[in-house]
Amino acid sequence: MDDSTDAGVGPPAPRDDVMVCFEHVVKRFGDHVVLRELDFEVKPGEKITLIGPSGSGKTTILRLLMALERCDGGTIQVGGEYLSHVVRDGRLAPADEKHLRKVRRRIGMVFQQFNLFPNMSVLRNITEAPVRVLGKSREEAGQRAGELLDMVGLAEKVDAHPGQLSGGQQQRVAIARALAMEPDVLLLDEITSALDPELVAGVLGVLREIASSTDITMLCVTHEMGFARDISDRVLMFDGGQVVEEASPDKLFTDPDHPRTREFLHALLEGR
Amino acid sequence: MGWDWSFAFRVLPDLLRGLLVTVEVTVLGSLVAYALGLVLALLRRSRIAVLSRLVQLFVEFVRSTPLLVQIFFLFYVLPPTTGIKLSPLVTGVVALGVHYAAYTSEVYRAGIEAVPRGQWEAATALNLPRNRVWIGVVLPQALPRVVPALGNYTISMFKETPLLLAIGVLDVVNRAKEAGAEYYRFTEPYTMAGLLFLLVSYPASVLVRRLERRVGRQH
Repeated sequence: MDDSTDAGVGPPAPRDDVMVCFEHVVKRFGDHVVLRELDFEVKPGEKITLIGPSGSGKTTILRLLMALERCDGGTIQVGGEYLSHVVRDGRLAPADEKHLRKVRRRIGMVFQQFNLFPNMSVLRNITEAPVRVLGKSREEAGQRAGELLDMVGLAEKVDAHPGQLSGGQQQRVAIARALAMEPDVLLLDEITSALDPELVAGVLGVLREIASSTDITMLCVTHEMGFARDISDRVLMFDGGQVVEEASPDKLFTDPDHPRTREFLHALLEGR
Repeated sequence: MGWDWSFAFRVLPDLLRGLLVTVEVTVLGSLVAYALGLVLALLRRSRIAVLSRLVQLFVEFVRSTPLLVQIFFLFYVLPPTTGIKLSPLVTGVVALGVHYAAYTSEVYRAGIEAVPRGQWEAATALNLPRNRVWIGVVLPQALPRVVPALGNYTISMFKETPLLLAIGVLDVVNRAKEAGAEYYRFTEPYTMAGLLFLLVSYPASVLVRRLERRVGRQH
């Protein structure tokens, strides 16, 4: 867990010039190593797309960031703080639940399966966390929810329940729900993979709008290459638990350097 | 031995009074079983390993010993050792409630486990406090699904209340027994006692089946 402390040297202070920083991150599921000593960083406001074959660890990266999984080695920093460590007596020590919650508050996530709460109305889905976690009043949270629903084009569904909405509508509510927590970092985990093809465009349209109109940092796992190209500043190609290539979308999608990237993009185009 | 209508009508009021006691014990026992079962199910998921293990042992113990022994234990063994003396009725409610809590806790557990992982993850991603995850997200989804199973256990409990005649609770069967012993006629009292059980449990199980279908449609 703690790989950074030789006596007297101490761990490096968390960096405040990057929003997300992975250092030597290792993640294993049983014997299977998903991430091996992964390093990468994301600058504030940057829009990053993670691509790669399934099983390459892209989703695991998002789940580690959201602290839905714990890493088996290395450190993750978010906004200048260690996610699951604190510096104590010049050493890195595991952080408690309270610290984890504080750092996690800066991150929002949208899931492949939407994961809206079926027992709550759309409004309640969006306002529950701002009220319970941020301590907003119901009115304040409700007003903000109205604005967000307006933005995702679902203002009239405020009192509907998730079961009454299409997949695309549910996913747009899930985006509004994540944004209501005012995160610095938004994680998008294959958010169109579970949607019928005709619903994908609406969801991606909303995200294009968010990407261009806010300075939120975005990490996006997707197979929608057109979308990746439109919104991202940088694309990271993963394979075997490591970044094999990173470049601007124009460069990576038209003229990739790494043979694995070429193979992957080729296979993706074949699949269409 | 023929059927004597006038005798039947003579003992009916007593039996109905007994039925009232039976229903009372069942309702109170069910409330104990519903509440305690939920507490046990939640403790079973506690992060404190010892606590979870103790609850598991308790549930196994209760399910592996006969209800009648538990009733006798509460009524005859507990008072001299602890000084707590409960009336037969209260003993019955506690015994049935605790016994069935062991079963309902498993029902709750299954209901909680049926809530998709994504719900927990979404709640975690929103940083909701743990008690809000339970009260606002997990239990509202888990509880409606378990209502039919809880109803079935209440019907089972209803049919097991006659065991309480062993400690002198005047339930419907105990009344029938007394009436029979007094007049040396058993046909009418026991037949009517059985019919009274049928009269309550059959509609109840129809209701539970209807609930099951409704829950099935929703999930």
